Amino acid sequence: MNQQPYNSSELLICTASRLMEDGTTAFIGTGIPMLAAALAQRLHAPNLVPIFEFGGTGAILETLPLAVGGGCTFNRAVAASGIRDIVETAQRGFVEYGFLGGAQIDAYGNLNTTVIGEHDHPKVRLPGSGGGNDVGSHAWRTIAIMPHDRRRFVDRVDFITTPGYLTGPGARERAGLPRGTGPYRVVTTLAVLGFEPVGKRMQLLATQPGVSADDVAENTSFELLLADRVEQHPAPTAEELRILREEVDAEHLYI
Amino acid sequence: MDRTLAGTHPALHPETLRILESGIGDLIQPPDVEGFREWNRAKDKRLVDKRMTEAEAVRRFVKPGNYLGTELYGTVRCPMSVVHEIIRQGIGDLRVAGQGVLELDMLLGASLVKALDITYIGLEVYGLSNCLRREVESGRVERCVEWSNAGIAWRFKAAAMGVPFIPVRSMLGSDTLKYSAAKVIECPFTGMPIALLPALILDVGIIHVHRADACGNAQIDGISGFAFEMARASKRLIVSAEEIVDTEVIRRRPDRTTIPYYLVDAVVEAPFGAHPGEMCYRYARDEEQIRRWVEASKEPATTADFLKKHVFDVPDHQAYLALFGEEHLQKLREPAGRAG
Repeated sequence: MNQQPYNSSELLICTASRLMEDGTTAFIGTGIPMLAAALAQRLHAPNLVPIFEFGGTGAILETLPLAVGGGCTFNRAVAASGIRDIVETAQRGFVEYGFLGGAQIDAYGNLNTTVIGEHDHPKVRLPGSGGGNDVGSHAWRTIAIMPHDRRRFVDRVDFITTPGYLTGPGARERAGLPRGTGPYRVVTTLAVLGFEPVGKRMQLLATQPGVSADDVAENTSFELLLADRVEQHPAPTAEELRILREEVDAEHLYI
Repeated sequence: MDRTLAGTHPALHPETLRILESGIGDLIQPPDVEGFREWNRAKDKRLVDKRMTEAEAVRRFVKPGNYLGTELYGTVRCPMSVVHEIIRQGIGDLRVAGQGVLELDMLLGASLVKALDITYIGLEVYGLSNCLRREVESGRVERCVEWSNAGIAWRFKAAAMGVPFIPVRSMLGSDTLKYSAAKVIECPFTGMPIALLPALILDVGIIHVHRADACGNAQIDGISGFAFEMARASKRLIVSAEEIVDTEVIRRRPDRTTIPYYLVDAVVEAPFGAHPGEMCYRYARDEEQIRRWVEASKEPATTADFLKKHVFDVPDHQAYLALFGEEHLQKLREPAGRAG
């Protein structure tokens, strides 16, 4: 079968969607995670429970919100509460996955969404933590979704907005963060990455279609570990693309 | 620390709590819980009519240098009509807690903010806030103290509890904590590091709701963000409402009241008060107008033009709505409008 063409947003959405497990709870932000969750609900994960930080639990994602608290985040949901309840639910260990983005990420999965440059005299003032730090602190497994280039995949982030593995093994626990939590996957335009279990450094698990392991390394500023066997991540399927384009984002707000 | 003393009388063997880390950010608003109790004691508890216009509410209750909070999520329930009036009256040197999208963007665009307890100020799907960038990168916002979203909500929760701090497990290990005014201590019960967030008591809170009675009993439909906590953390509270209802409507369903009247100082009737943002079950966001603001906010001159047209050249919220016309507003109303 001929592969249909797709753009980088569609690639990220389809890749993230495949990581969403049926019957689990997942913190969903607006943008790509939201589209990925809507796609997953229509394909392999009808019982995915999306949790939106401002209070929506268990929405059925029929239309797309443009705002993180928009009506669709609690469309036919099972509960509509508030931010404190939602993050406390995660703090108690109820939320399995958290999806995050960022301007920069380092080898330990630490994320920056606060400043480029010095905090008190920034070159670029970014929005700040928002719910990012809360999600990265409490979700059992966090998944970062980002375009992949050397400016984003840096040796040291300018500011640790959201904790990854911080300085390495044991650092999260020493800081008091919940035991057994941390970065799980990084989904990019070039690859799917994980974290080496002992040293907690980022490692290449699979390359996106048409991308080589060398391409990924060249677009990463830190030394990238390779999994024993680096897989080829399959391209978005015709069905994924059809549902994404015709049902999930028919108005093409994001894709 | 000698653990053998743990079970003996604390007065005989006092233990010292260990502070493991102190954020280097300023405590912009110290948690004066005793002062807050006295303030609350003195508040009028009679059920009286507190209806007034945006102009009167802002003139009476918002002063230069005040510490302000707005309650919203994304572009949902932003108290725009009251914020427009603050800009119209030019009340500056404000200290602000944000979580903010449209309303804080405009306060920043009008250069009225001096210090921020910041968690997120941005334009969501439209990217970074141009106004935040200009104001912070130029140094006009003198201080940015960092927090997580839940961190700010928990700080309101502590104030609502009437206690000076709340222990949480967000922010640990991060620069978000380092540049906050939080502290990390060794938990006296478990020995784990735990973050203590100081209570945040607002001089003025501003919340837009679906309905309120004349006294300020207020109900919110759909998710409630951090309205419950922030209303209880405010010394002065301005409530604007899509609709003013009879107190009997409130009394029929008291379980629906998020904000009881005694917290409230001003009740402002403001249909489409969150425009160009949205109110769930009532109207969708006005995408064209939001795009106009995003575009205008890119440069100081166009920001000023936008504010002139939509704020300074209109006397009040009714005149602001007239800029758009009933036909346009009707299109935003549910169920015709896209429900966010």
